[in-house]
Amino acid sequence: MAEKTIERLSEATILFAGDSGDGMQLTGSQFTLATAFAMNDLATLPDFPAEIRAPAGTTYGVSGFQLHFGSVDIRTPGDEVDLLVAMNPAALKVNLSRVRKGGTVVVNVNAFERRDLDLAGLKVSPLEDGTLEGYHVIPVELTRLTREALAHTELNQKEIDRSKNMFALGLSLWLYSRPIEPAERWINKKFARKDSIREANLQLLRKGYHFGETTEQFAVRYEVSPAKLPPGKYRAIQGATALALGFVAASERSGLPLFYGSYPITPASDLLHSLSRYKQFGVMTFQAEDEIAAIGSTIGAAFGGSLAVTGTSGPGVALKTEAIGLALIMELPLVIVNLQRGGPSTGLPTKTEQSDLLQAMYGRNGDAPIPVVAASTPGDCFEAAYEASRLAVKYMTPVMLLVDGYLANGSEPWPIPDTATLPDFPVSFTTKPNHEQDGAQVFLPYLRDPETLARPWATPGTAGLEHRIGGIEKQEGTGNVSYDPVNHERMTRLRAEKVDRIARELPPLPVYGEESGDILLVGWGSTRGSIEAAVDRLRARGRRVGAVHLRHLNPLPADLGDVLSRFGAVVVPELNNGQLVRILRDRFVLPIRPFNLVQGRPFRAGELVEHVEGILDGKAG
Amino acid sequence: MDSSSESPRKPTLPPGAKAPTMPPGAKAPTLPPGARPPAGPPKPGASGDGAGAVSRQDFASDQDVRWCPGCGDYAILATVQRLMPELGIPRENIVFISGIGCSSRFPYYMNTYGMHTIHGRAPTIATGLKASRPELDIWVVTGDGDGLSIGGNHMIHLMRRNVNLQVLLFNNQIYGLTKGQYSPTSEAGKITKSSPYGAIDHPFNPIALVLGADASFVGRSMDRDPKHMKEMLKRAHGHRGASFLEIYQNCNIFNDGAFFQYTEKDTKPERAIFIEHGKPLVYSGGTKGLRLEGFHLETVDLDGGAWSASDCLVYDETSYELASIVGRLFRRDDMPQPFGVFYAKERTTYEDALHAQIAEIRGKAGKGRLEDLLHAGDTWEVA
Ligand code: SF4
Repeated sequence: MAEKTIERLSEATILFAGDSGDGMQLTGSQFTLATAFAMNDLATLPDFPAEIRAPAGTTYGVSGFQLHFGSVDIRTPGDEVDLLVAMNPAALKVNLSRVRKGGTVVVNVNAFERRDLDLAGLKVSPLEDGTLEGYHVIPVELTRLTREALAHTELNQKEIDRSKNMFALGLSLWLYSRPIEPAERWINKKFARKDSIREANLQLLRKGYHFGETTEQFAVRYEVSPAKLPPGKYRAIQGATALALGFVAASERSGLPLFYGSYPITPASDLLHSLSRYKQFGVMTFQAEDEIAAIGSTIGAAFGGSLAVTGTSGPGVALKTEAIGLALIMELPLVIVNLQRGGPSTGLPTKTEQSDLLQAMYGRNGDAPIPVVAASTPGDCFEAAYEASRLAVKYMTPVMLLVDGYLANGSEPWPIPDTATLPDFPVSFTTKPNHEQDGAQVFLPYLRDPETLARPWATPGTAGLEHRIGGIEKQEGTGNVSYDPVNHERMTRLRAEKVDRIARELPPLPVYGEESGDILLVGWGSTRGSIEAAVDRLRARGRRVGAVHLRHLNPLPADLGDVLSRFGAVVVPELNNGQLVRILRDRFVLPIRPFNLVQGRPFRAGELVEHVEGILDGKAG
Repeated sequence: MDSSSESPRKPTLPPGAKAPTMPPGAKAPTLPPGARPPAGPPKPGASGDGAGAVSRQDFASDQDVRWCPGCGDYAILATVQRLMPELGIPRENIVFISGIGCSSRFPYYMNTYGMHTIHGRAPTIATGLKASRPELDIWVVTGDGDGLSIGGNHMIHLMRRNVNLQVLLFNNQIYGLTKGQYSPTSEAGKITKSSPYGAIDHPFNPIALVLGADASFVGRSMDRDPKHMKEMLKRAHGHRGASFLEIYQNCNIFNDGAFFQYTEKDTKPERAIFIEHGKPLVYSGGTKGLRLEGFHLETVDLDGGAWSASDCLVYDETSYELASIVGRLFRRDDMPQPFGVFYAKERTTYEDALHAQIAEIRGKAGKGRLEDLLHAGDTWEVA
């Protein structure tokens, strides 16, 4: 056995890529779990095709899982890949450009036959034509080794070949000195009742691990020390799970039963899956016949006094638009989660984007403002869901919660919150008449709270408060149908004012990096990690740069203007064609520049650094 | 076919639920495990006193009714308001939900809880409310455009899910509120503003449509026969499950007389037949009847001596097959149009199943604790 050199790394990025049927998402999430156990900080980027099983071996069927981990603060899924595990030529072709020069490429050489090359649209094998020059290539006979290892089992050829990702997982775990036990535990649990499959998977996982140990091909093995995360109890969490937990927490703390109405849509279905499991918490999930029925059901549930939530993606929000307007004029509390994907129309269903901000802000008929809240990391989805729920109920309004699609299945280590520290979530249903009129006690459904301008929430079943609400303009106070033009103008302004007043309770906006300086980066959503990583790098180079990240997009924090004015220029990086930048320019007469990426992937911190330096040097020069 | 083997009058309850005691004929609201009981005791005050609501007037709101004078909607509103005290449901537990259209103004005129929503979507809103508050008594008021055109999808899904509420579909075979376009129930060839050369659409038969969607209660009545209408409303309310009641409603402005052949004194006996469970299908003052010949119905003369009432089909409202045959008697020149209960057979309701499942899981695994949920799965400690 060759003596291995141990090399210590502060961070690394690994990318598993193969066919949709190769189990790359599973390999990636198991590697993530092991990495979490190794106490590294991490960020992931699952990347899969829209087709469930695209034709095997083709480039459009390639599924990938990227993971960035380290002993340092990890803010992004990684700019450049250090290790690419490519299960076939298509996976190699699609992903090689993401690997840094000098990076390692593990290829399954058994998958480079003529037929495989044809499927990937390659004339010559990239193993032979010099494509891989400058990379450290490790050819592994993954298919052959897998078949050999399982030759004596009762599994058929197809089942055997399907297991080769376990070999790759074992090998990768060894290469980065990750514990193998979490994956073993998972296999034992997952295949508890399928002895032959369980044994085969365990055997292959260990084979892969030992292969690294024995083969001459790896001279080096890496170690990544635990990250210095704040003390506490952690778990790895995906955005979709964090959203579900956030809503359950909101339900528990408010005492409102949780009702979730949804129609299956990528990438929001995982939220429906999660919540439908929480029957123990009394969560009512309703899989509707369409997007409109999904939000309709939640409007009904909100009228009845539930914490009502619907989740979807951009095309679904488009269908829900009219109903959002109804909830808005009825002034019922409701949370609409938009797990954004590439658009317009069906767009890029499995790719991430931030292009539904203007839809959230303005996408309704009439003057129809609603609060807009955004989550910035997978774990942050928990707090964002809680905050959206709290605002909806406090201000009696639908709230849009924007989540960049890749946060839904991306994961990170999450310090499990202490439920005692969650913000208060008081709810008071109106049970008595709220007004005296001609000596009689009456209930006025549109008599507003003087502070918040919220109207009272009186639910069916409350005697004496019977009232009717609807989509026709309301008379102020009574809520009766009113076509009076002056009343309409007043109600329109009151509805806007109510949303604006949320700004009064927003905490001061924290500025990351310099408090004042040459350039301020303003972001929202999933770009937080890239932006703040870029700020760190820029400041390390002596640049006077800061960043703010907006949780609340409507209303904007009251002190935002003040922060903007402390910088020479403002840059708004977004994964769209320029949306927040328009909202800011509309509000502030300041030099505000867009920086946009619309490629269905997150920013690399390096791209932001380069862009900001370009501006600064252009100015300096 | 209906999978339930229960007798039609016996409500199916979720495991563990107690049969509520209610006045006869009243729709029994149930409190599933964990449901919130109606809040607070009745409060004295001008706007209502729940417990004391006993007359028709108690169910009329203070809003001016704004339908065209002579509209059939008035008769339906009056009949519903008259029925309400008889049902014995506290006013605060009643919710009327509508979409858009002339008929959909209905909730504003009822002194109960109500929602006037958006076009076609009332069934979805009602489903969410009933699912989350099963003890409420919910009525959906809709029309042929609202319920069968823009909201057609929701209607069929409401029926198949069997949410326990009443759907009153006011069918006037026209778009009234938008001032007179042909609707999905307008007859082919109908001349309207949007079909100056005659409508080329083939119309729905609403009864056949909802039977196809596995509705558990299907009935038809008419605005000009308040007695029958009230009886049908009562039956619909007493049925535990989604009840679909089509009510022929005259729009005297845009489609006047669309149903006069069935509703007016001189032609009604010949053109309308009232079907009743356990009774032979006879009409025209007992001088004519309907006989089943194979899968077809034929009209027979009971005065000629050749046939008697005992030769006529004895209706069975629990038979899906009979409902399908009789429900398909539709706008036939040679046959009368049927009114009454076509089909009534109870099966598990959506909200009962929903809460039974929650209760079952909670029974097995206990009530969830947030702490446990947050700390679930693999966790690790950072010192
Ligand atoms: S338009 Fe027709 S249906 Fe509408 S209120 Fe007038 S008469 Fe009634």
